[in-house]
Amino acid sequence: MDPRAAPPAAPAAAGGAPHITVRGLAKRFGEAVVYDRFDLDIPRGRFVSIFGPNGCGKSTLINMIAGLVPADGGEILFGGKHLADTKIGYVFQNYREALFPWLRSIDNIEYPLRLAKLPKAERRAKVERLVAHLGVKIDLNRYPYELSGGQQQLVSIMRALVVEPEVLFLDEPFSALDYEMTLFMRDQLQAVFDETRTTTILVSHDLEEAVYLADHVLLLSRRPARVADLVAMDLPRPRDAHTLSDPDFVRIKGHCLDVFQREVRKG
Amino acid sequence: MKRQALLPIVGVVALVVVWYLAVWVRLVDPVLLPPPEKAFAALVQGMAGGRLGYDFWRTLERTAYAIAIAAVIAIPLGILLGANEKAYRAAEFVIDFFRSTPASAMFPLFLVIFGVGDKTKILVASFGAALVILFNVAYGVMNARKTRLLAAKVMGASRLRVLTDVMLLESLPQTFVGLRNGVSLALVIVVVAEMFIGSIDGLGYRVFEAQQLFNMPEMYAAIFASGALGYGLNLAFMLVEKRFVHWAGK
Repeated sequence: MDPRAAPPAAPAAAGGAPHITVRGLAKRFGEAVVYDRFDLDIPRGRFVSIFGPNGCGKSTLINMIAGLVPADGGEILFGGKHLADTKIGYVFQNYREALFPWLRSIDNIEYPLRLAKLPKAERRAKVERLVAHLGVKIDLNRYPYELSGGQQQLVSIMRALVVEPEVLFLDEPFSALDYEMTLFMRDQLQAVFDETRTTTILVSHDLEEAVYLADHVLLLSRRPARVADLVAMDLPRPRDAHTLSDPDFVRIKGHCLDVFQREVRKG
Repeated sequence: MKRQALLPIVGVVALVVVWYLAVWVRLVDPVLLPPPEKAFAALVQGMAGGRLGYDFWRTLERTAYAIAIAAVIAIPLGILLGANEKAYRAAEFVIDFFRSTPASAMFPLFLVIFGVGDKTKILVASFGAALVILFNVAYGVMNARKTRLLAAKVMGASRLRVLTDVMLLESLPQTFVGLRNGVSLALVIVVVAEMFIGSIDGLGYRVFEAQQLFNMPEMYAAIFASGALGYGLNLAFMLVEKRFVHWAGK
């Protein structure tokens, strides 16, 4: 079993033309080789969850794709385009440090539109449409620090979505929230995806969450990271609490866990 | 709750009581320590239309000019240095050195350059305050939350926009720390300058002159006026800070 043989074939098997193609990606932190000749295809309009052992470079991968961390080598294209010509949205784990506390929530959401030099009326209209779309019931005139953690992360997600991104990145977006809020936010995110069908990449440290939300679960190995498996998750949407006890869900989650544990043990 | 709010008055009352006791048992020569009501009367009379009010105003004016000049120079410079860490490291020793140099040691130099007058008093105070502000602003910018900078970057903000939209605001709480420390220092320097260098007005001059004339109630009045000015300036900056940096500590 040469894990290097697996990656290019697997995503293609998932169907559809790839949206994001990663070729020959290389990244090292000092002595540690995190990525070396790493290839990956991410299909268009699908929800991909990334899961893997601690420190394997899950966040580094999406940060390199999103341009937040420079890669040492390799090429990343979005439907043949470079990042500079691609609209992306990014949701950070730490919403408290990612939102701008000096702006009201609505101005936070409008900020990327202001960067794009949209006139005020258009900005407001876009936000209002998004609010209606998502059925958000937050007082957006409040400052972020006046909102609950879940509400703040929802504002972050809206800020990422308001530009109608081609790709939405989420880096462990719910890990700072309590369980009740996490469950609620998962369904909000699922609703967003159902509505927009934006290519979405989620890094999660929670296997249940990763499988529950995904069309494909990307399982990474220990460093240097390779694709350990790319598991299709075809259960119909919208998924709900019953999905969690569905035999197929349990089977897929079990399989992911097996692969994960095999990778952990290898280290 | 209400009782808590009254606690600071306890300290004031205790101070007055100790003062009275000291006068009563003649702990200190009564010429040097008049009873509190005499000092208080001199304070009220002086501030309400007397010379003291004018001196208070002159000191406030000089301090305000000093802090304004310091802020106009130090805030932009601090932002530039903070945004460019290499530049800051290059300038760090010089800044720290002169920040540690007592500004009063600069009087003779400034006197030679700017002569006897308001210019010297104001500029020495500016010099001291500017370094304190510069240091704080630069650190405020350098310590901007990395996530916030990345968030702006990933939304497509240019380097300039990251600077104006994020770094600048991120540094505001620290900038206000610098302004408050700077204004305290500027007041100290202005008052000292008013005592010595060919002065004809200001709280420093008033304290010094009252002492020379052995007018002790007036001297205490001028000291309290200086204290009130320092306290008031600090309070004013805190109120402005609360208004403009509403997110600090949240």
